Amino acid sequence: MELQHRNPVQEDPWSSLKAFTTARIALGRTGTAIPLKEVLSFKLAHAHARDAVYSRLDTTLLQEQLQPFHIDTLVLHSSVADRQEYLQRPDKGRRLDVHSVETLRTLPASSLQKDVAVIIADGLSATAMNIHTLPLLTQLLPMLKAAGISISPVCLVEQGRVAIGDETGELLRAKMTLVLIGERPGLSAADSMGAYITFSPRIGNTDESRNCISNIRQEGLQYEQAAGKICYLLQEAVRLRLSGVGLKDNYDAIARLKG
Amino acid sequence: MAYQHTIHNKTYAFANLRTLLAKATPFRSGDALAGLAADTYEERVAAQMTLADVPLKTFLQEAIIPYEKDEITRLIIDTHDQAAFSAISHFTVGELRDWLLSDEADTQTLQKLSPGLTPEMVAAVSKLMRNQDLISVAQKCEVVTRFRNTIGLKGHLSVRLQPNHNTDDPKGIAASIIDGLLYGSGDAVIGINPATDSPQAVVQLLHMLDQLRTQFDIPTQSCILCHVTTALEVIHRAPVDLVFQSIGGTEKTNSSFGIQSSLLKEAHEAALSLQRGTIGNNVMYFETGQGSALSANAHEGVDQQTCEVRSYAVARQFSPLLVNTVVGFIGPEYLFDGKQIIRAALEDHCCGKLLGLPMGVDICYTNHAEADQDDMDNLLTLLGVAGCNFIMGVPGADDIMLNYQSTSFHDALYARKVLGLKPAPEFEAWLQRQGILNNKGQLQQVGKMHQLLGYNAGV
Repeated sequence: MELQHRNPVQEDPWSSLKAFTTARIALGRTGTAIPLKEVLSFKLAHAHARDAVYSRLDTTLLQEQLQPFHIDTLVLHSSVADRQEYLQRPDKGRRLDVHSVETLRTLPASSLQKDVAVIIADGLSATAMNIHTLPLLTQLLPMLKAAGISISPVCLVEQGRVAIGDETGELLRAKMTLVLIGERPGLSAADSMGAYITFSPRIGNTDESRNCISNIRQEGLQYEQAAGKICYLLQEAVRLRLSGVGLKDNYDAIARLKG
Repeated sequence: MAYQHTIHNKTYAFANLRTLLAKATPFRSGDALAGLAADTYEERVAAQMTLADVPLKTFLQEAIIPYEKDEITRLIIDTHDQAAFSAISHFTVGELRDWLLSDEADTQTLQKLSPGLTPEMVAAVSKLMRNQDLISVAQKCEVVTRFRNTIGLKGHLSVRLQPNHNTDDPKGIAASIIDGLLYGSGDAVIGINPATDSPQAVVQLLHMLDQLRTQFDIPTQSCILCHVTTALEVIHRAPVDLVFQSIGGTEKTNSSFGIQSSLLKEAHEAALSLQRGTIGNNVMYFETGQGSALSANAHEGVDQQTCEVRSYAVARQFSPLLVNTVVGFIGPEYLFDGKQIIRAALEDHCCGKLLGLPMGVDICYTNHAEADQDDMDNLLTLLGVAGCNFIMGVPGADDIMLNYQSTSFHDALYARKVLGLKPAPEFEAWLQRQGILNNKGQLQQVGKMHQLLGYNAGV
């Protein structure tokens, strides 16, 4: 028996509701299954997320990109051996390896005791860092300079978690750390960057002592806005001598007042 | 007693019951991270052989977290039902496993036994069970709960409709609810994880859900999954059907969640006093998940699966409508891959059912776990066979607010179809009245003029 050639996919008569949400509604069905077109589109989003998790920080490219700013850069590594271990041992991703510690310990005095240590870490999406580091720093570095905030050599850290900034900042004897890191990829975005600010970085600091700015990407929080927020929080952290729950982010309100 | 076992002249000794339980646990990344896992495959089997010979009575004498230190230990010991336990009091853990799989252990026998079991006994026996055993035993259990419909009857599979939205926009949430209802989901609960825990936002969403439910006379319940203190704050000015809370298996974990038993008791009484249930009074909704204790730095040297089962002792005091183990949400440092997630889900479901809880499972994973939709399909099918009370229904399996993947409305229909499972009876009748299902239980094509498509989200 030859089957009739017709499309077995039933569309849902409520596709107009898609205007109200980005959720995957009104997908239609064949039998009770999701139509192939939607299955493949989901798979593609998941593939982007998976590729981002296993992407590598392009330290060569980033160092090249940062050259015009005339700032020193260092390439460091956490004590994690590989991505498999990174995913299972967050404790190791929070600490530098022996070689990196040595690198920081032997820095000249002129590199130490700055206001802020800037740390670029891959986190769960090196893709995000490879894309967003240059455009964000292009906005941020002039703002820091204008605000009179000095920075340590920029540290590019492979296989790092947020808390790796604590050990790094402590060894650099910086007043604060700014950790820029790739966030956990979702299906809607695999290239989202987060920024964490910690006053008085010390090994063992916990998340309550940090301020976080999330979702920095082209379709999310814009570079200029993100840089402005970061600069504001760093200035406030120095003034109040703290970060975390005690440091409120009033940047948006202030920006509105300034019109 | 001494816990030890000799294999080929090598004697494995385990300092105490807590250590023995941890070393006997099938491997998962969280126990390795906590430094509690067995060092070798042989040590794990030695621990399982040792555990098999431990008398169940030992669990009543040796607390794995001291009685003085932990209110959950006190709860477990103080509420233990000796009379129910007497039927199996002469068993070892190994004998309990063999008996649970025997035909003598039928549905009614297991229901009667439930208050005589402690979480640690149940965790212990589950560590000696293969996945097949976990499914067989769970399938024999039946835990039925009621609020506006009947959940957990054998041959039925309910769905929590989870219409989350990243900014809690009522129209966005309503769009996902309509989508879910038209796909036959929503009989367990229509439950929103709010993007913000502010009381005002919670009140607004509660009113919206209640208005939707009453407008279309849907025999189901709603819930905003806010913190229990937020629910208590709004309970007398908003229509609260179910009170939600995440719970863990150590006192310290629950402190990190900002709760203790007395707070849950207060919330339970407040929800009961509203008398909003029409056919039953199960008013609590709990969520759990292996790894939460370690994540809160509060595991007290106890392995993550035993911690999980201890949280069921907290849940069962309050006769909940729903208990949901959110199994793969926590990440690969606790459950690394599909294999570990699947095993953990089957354990949680079986252990919860043995303790008399209406277990559902959020069959899910994050993008940094070694898992994908194929693993979720496997787990969904296994849990359907095991008689899981409910699963999640998320549009296209993609939660845009919590950024993880769960099961879709389509997935639920697949499980119902291949396993011959039905929605809650009252809800199924409503779906048929709405023309969403036909009288054979098959999904119908609805027209553009269906009344649900005229819903305007109260705005």
